[in-house]
Amino acid sequence: MSILINAETRVICQGFTGSQGTFHSEQAIAYGTRMVGGVTPGKGGQTHLGLPVFNTVSEAVAQTAANASVIYVPAPFCKDSILEAAYAGIELIVCITEGVPTLDMLDAKVKCDELGVRLIGPNCPGVITPGECKIGIMPADIHLPGRVGIVSRSGTLTYEAVKQTTDVGYGQSTCVGIGGDPIPGSHFIDILGLFEDDAATGAIVMIGEIGGTAEEEAAEFIRSNVSKPVVSYIAGVTAPKGKRMGHAGAIISGGKGTADEKFAALEAAGVRTVRSLADIGAALQEVTGW
Amino acid sequence: MNLHEYQGKALFADYGLPVSTGFAVDSAEAAIKAAQDIGGERWVVKAQVHAGGRGKAGGVKLVDSPDAVGQFAEQWLGERLVTYQTDASGQPVSRILVESCTDIADELYLGAVVDRASRRVVFMASTEGGVEIEKVAEETPEKILKTEIDPLVGAQAFQGRDLAFRLGLSGVQIKQFVAIFLGLAKLFADKDLALIEVNPLVITEEGNLHCLDAKVVVDSNALYRQPELEAMHDPSQEDEREAHAAQWELNYVALDGSIGCMVNGAGLAMGTMDIVKLHGGSPANFLDVGGGATKERVTEAFKIILSDENVKAVLINIFGGIVRCDLIAEGVIGAVEEVGVTVPVVVRLEGNNAALGREVLAGSGLNIEAAESLTDAAQKVVAAAGGVA
Repeated sequence: MSILINAETRVICQGFTGSQGTFHSEQAIAYGTRMVGGVTPGKGGQTHLGLPVFNTVSEAVAQTAANASVIYVPAPFCKDSILEAAYAGIELIVCITEGVPTLDMLDAKVKCDELGVRLIGPNCPGVITPGECKIGIMPADIHLPGRVGIVSRSGTLTYEAVKQTTDVGYGQSTCVGIGGDPIPGSHFIDILGLFEDDAATGAIVMIGEIGGTAEEEAAEFIRSNVSKPVVSYIAGVTAPKGKRMGHAGAIISGGKGTADEKFAALEAAGVRTVRSLADIGAALQEVTGW
Repeated sequence: MNLHEYQGKALFADYGLPVSTGFAVDSAEAAIKAAQDIGGERWVVKAQVHAGGRGKAGGVKLVDSPDAVGQFAEQWLGERLVTYQTDASGQPVSRILVESCTDIADELYLGAVVDRASRRVVFMASTEGGVEIEKVAEETPEKILKTEIDPLVGAQAFQGRDLAFRLGLSGVQIKQFVAIFLGLAKLFADKDLALIEVNPLVITEEGNLHCLDAKVVVDSNALYRQPELEAMHDPSQEDEREAHAAQWELNYVALDGSIGCMVNGAGLAMGTMDIVKLHGGSPANFLDVGGGATKERVTEAFKIILSDENVKAVLINIFGGIVRCDLIAEGVIGAVEEVGVTVPVVVRLEGNNAALGREVLAGSGLNIEAAESLTDAAQKVVAAAGGVA
């Protein structure tokens, strides 16, 4: 088992024939992801990477029975693409694109919630269930099928955690990059709940960063809803106040959202925290006794 | 992206909100003329910088002659204003806002932000205007009244009325407040704002509501569809190196340590700073070179990092996802040769073709040390920068 995606997940790509869509779809196909087609308006009827291209998502869903979509379209068009997929009956939408306007995401998030569609991202590396399905831009070969669930706001920090769990031989059940924007489609608590219910996940790694209160909310959630061991790292102890650290969501404003506050909240909830991101693997060994 | 007060007030005026008559000027002569054009006997003069706390720092003054308006402009134009929100060198003043004077009976607060927890635009109002609202929120949270805007239908008049009554307003003030509330909500949605603050929203001696200050922050991701706001960008208010880095799509934030950091990915860049600190060093900057760490961008990143004279060593930490580490290694070597880097450089490469990348670095004959792991890299760069601070 795993969460969100598995070998049966039927994936289409929006922005399929663009350079990003093409490159990462090739990688996904090579990984064994069940890619069933793609959408590029105006190129319907063509074949790309050996797969059918459709003009609309609803056409793609009707023809291929796709249930997941990955979005690589430029930021100005992401809201439209997300809503198109949501209305077409796609169950899982993964938006990789960076730089989507925040008010667009408010609209998209409200509508996805209303329609019962799960949205991951934007500005994220995507989701991977190692050995089964890869949706996104993460490097395939650092992953190993296994039993650690990983959820993170940052791409390259996810890769660090993945590599350490691979190096100690535990592998990953599923890795979810929720993205570094102020309004992500899914929050830590959404994913933590899925990991708690997933039989294949034996322990959880949660990687947060400064800004917002998502980690504090996660701590509250873990305290009452998560029985599995959780290891957590928060980036940005050295970040100054009021400065946006790359991600739109990573800013300490009004004195709120510091790494120290987040560490404290997680520790109070019984989470094993690490101050060095190099210690994630070792801490997992400690808390699981594997 | 932050706007100046005078820019924010121009937007307020466009949306029919009550603001003072005023002119933003860049010379003492223009300041005097503005005061004469506005008329009256007293004026408020305000230095225009992207920071709060201007009043306490002497950047806002009530004056009673056009000559005093001119003197204030003379005093501040071309100077830097230091407030509790700026760094020690302050922000340059290139414009002064000259305004008519408002008689104040009471000061309220009204603001809106994108609230992450509720995933809504949230309006906040308080009777405790004119002071640091963060303090009010912390010490007396019950004095902050809130209302959430449903993105699908937008702000409604009843929400404004609700806030107005809870603020203790009455009579014509209710209507005025609702108009200001709806105007701000429309401005927020139309212009892709991230934050808007009217602090203080004053009640005048005559009992009318009036927007005395305007703080407006625009969502940078939306500037592509807000060209008139993009044109209001004032790069003089930003760190020079940060602005230069942004032109190369490099995310750079200057800090005050001695170890320059070059990393791919914002989260990993923060994590790298943290691990440097954990091993006793002090990071000189945050720098995310992004996904495509090409030779050109690595070269430019080196130039920016080394323009900081405090940098004694540089740590490069790249997790090669899709990009190949041997190509990054070649980029680093090329950049070190081109820029003429003289400080020690420690490189940690992980991921795609990492071993090959380390070989390439080892064979370069340059002052570049390849690290085996993240911890090893942090220890090596701290030692290279002169040991634990």
